[in-house]
Amino acid sequence: MDVSGLLEVHNLTKKFGPLTAVDDVSFTVAQGEVVGFLGPNGAGKSTTMKMIAGFLTPTAGRVQVCGHDVVEKPIEIKTCIGYLPEGAPLYGDMTAKALLNFVAEIRGFRGAERRRRIDDVVAKVNLEEALFRPIETLSKGFKRRVGLAQAMLHDPELLVLDEPTDGLDPNQKHEVRELLRGMAADKAIIISTHILEEVDAVCTRAMIIARGKILFDGTPEELRAGAEGAESLDDVFRAITTGAVVDEGGVEKSA
Amino acid sequence: MRNTYVVMKRELLAYFSTPVAYVFLVIFLAAIGAFTFFLGGFFARGQADLQPFFMFHPWLYLFLIPAIGMRLWSEERKTGTIELLMTLPLSTFNAVAGKFLAAWVFTALALALTFPIWITVNYLGDPDNGVIAAGYIGSWLMAGAFLSLVACLSALTKNQVVAFVIGSAVSFIFLTSGLDIVLSAFRFWAPDFVVEVIASLSFLTNFQAVSRGVIDLREVIFFVSMILVTLFINTAIIDLKKSG
Ligand SMILES: Nc1ncnc2c1ncn2[C@@H]1O[C@H](COP(=O)(O)OP(=O)(O)O)[C@@H](O)[C@H]1O
Ligand SMILES: [Mg+2]
Repeated sequence: MDVSGLLEVHNLTKKFGPLTAVDDVSFTVAQGEVVGFLGPNGAGKSTTMKMIAGFLTPTAGRVQVCGHDVVEKPIEIKTCIGYLPEGAPLYGDMTAKALLNFVAEIRGFRGAERRRRIDDVVAKVNLEEALFRPIETLSKGFKRRVGLAQAMLHDPELLVLDEPTDGLDPNQKHEVRELLRGMAADKAIIISTHILEEVDAVCTRAMIIARGKILFDGTPEELRAGAEGAESLDDVFRAITTGAVVDEGGVEKSA
Repeated sequence: MRNTYVVMKRELLAYFSTPVAYVFLVIFLAAIGAFTFFLGGFFARGQADLQPFFMFHPWLYLFLIPAIGMRLWSEERKTGTIELLMTLPLSTFNAVAGKFLAAWVFTALALALTFPIWITVNYLGDPDNGVIAAGYIGSWLMAGAFLSLVACLSALTKNQVVAFVIGSAVSFIFLTSGLDIVLSAFRFWAPDFVVEVIASLSFLTNFQAVSRGVIDLREVIFFVSMILVTLFINTAIIDLKKSG
């Protein structure tokens, strides 16, 4: 397998009726990269991730994960990806432990191997104290950690995490970012977020999406440098996504 | 295969993680008891068989099977867990079959819990237990056919209540399609073979023979193929929904 392109997205398009949610998007992600998907709500971040994870079928274009086409080899690519859907949906009636057991069994881990993997991932996301409680009774932070744990269980080559830190308190956010940084070297990771510091904190690469198109693709430093005169990353973000012109002191008028 | 079993196990446990399963079992047993002993005239008939018992199964299933099956896919859509499930490395058919089997095993349990009626009839008289066993098998097969229909319909909506109502309505159509009232509505305009096809799809017609104890291969094949075809349609619906 060609490691340089763990994930290859070619001219990906998704239409919902008359709405084009993702519009002819292409990019490649290699091992060691942590890509931050940035964009306002409704930009098409989640839709793109759902197509990468094989949950939605593209209207046009194609996605290759670990050398396999997502539509042609759905099972193979799902073995290669760890996916955290937006909002971390989980079976509320199960305990965290039961859910992880379920995911491990579907992923083909049994006996000692299964226990080892679950113990491992539970320690990584600090889930011990919540392990035997029904998921519906857990706090948002713990739920998110269960979602992360199930995504990391099989030590996937590609991690696709849709808003992994959404709704977490600053300490929890910090923990998740540390976790991602620790795993970055031997994986490719994509996270979506609308928090700009997150990109600074963990990402090696930032992509800004708005109205289904990629408007910026570069390092966080380039992003900062890209709009001279902007005081903060927020201003840069607004300038890129709304097409406003950046002037001294921030965003002033539309171009 | 293995994944079907893993999904089935999870679904079956999900039934018992809420009081719904127990409430359902109590209602099922109470209703079937009431029908058999009061409406069916179990004692008054003075015969040692379970015909009055089996006679009411199709009509009970009309409401009870949608109650069991409505959540199978609707709930996954509503809570978004379908995204978790369908991004795990298992085929759509494995997931569909696993869910169906869990609900079907649950109905087997409900049927098994009616054993006091079987004991009673053996205590009171000398029934043909082969006939009764055939009745149970036929009833379970019919329940499976209803269940696969409801599971299929629940894949179309996020709303469990909608799945229940449509599930009951469609079950009713399949149940009664062999009755003369229904068929005469078609005789006026439809060609004979269409009327025959509709008649042959009737659950009631197919079950009646079985409940009298003649477990014919034809009825078994009918219910099993009904289940398989519907499971394939269910799979297709889940896959189609991926195209948004
Ligand atoms: N299943 C769907 N059916 C119709 N429209 C959808 C569906 N999913 C997303 N959309 C629309 O597609 C656009 C992109 O959504 P999404 O990818 O969720 O954005 P983001 O994750 O960037 O906030 C939005 O306008 C959203 O309303
Ligand atoms: Mg989103």
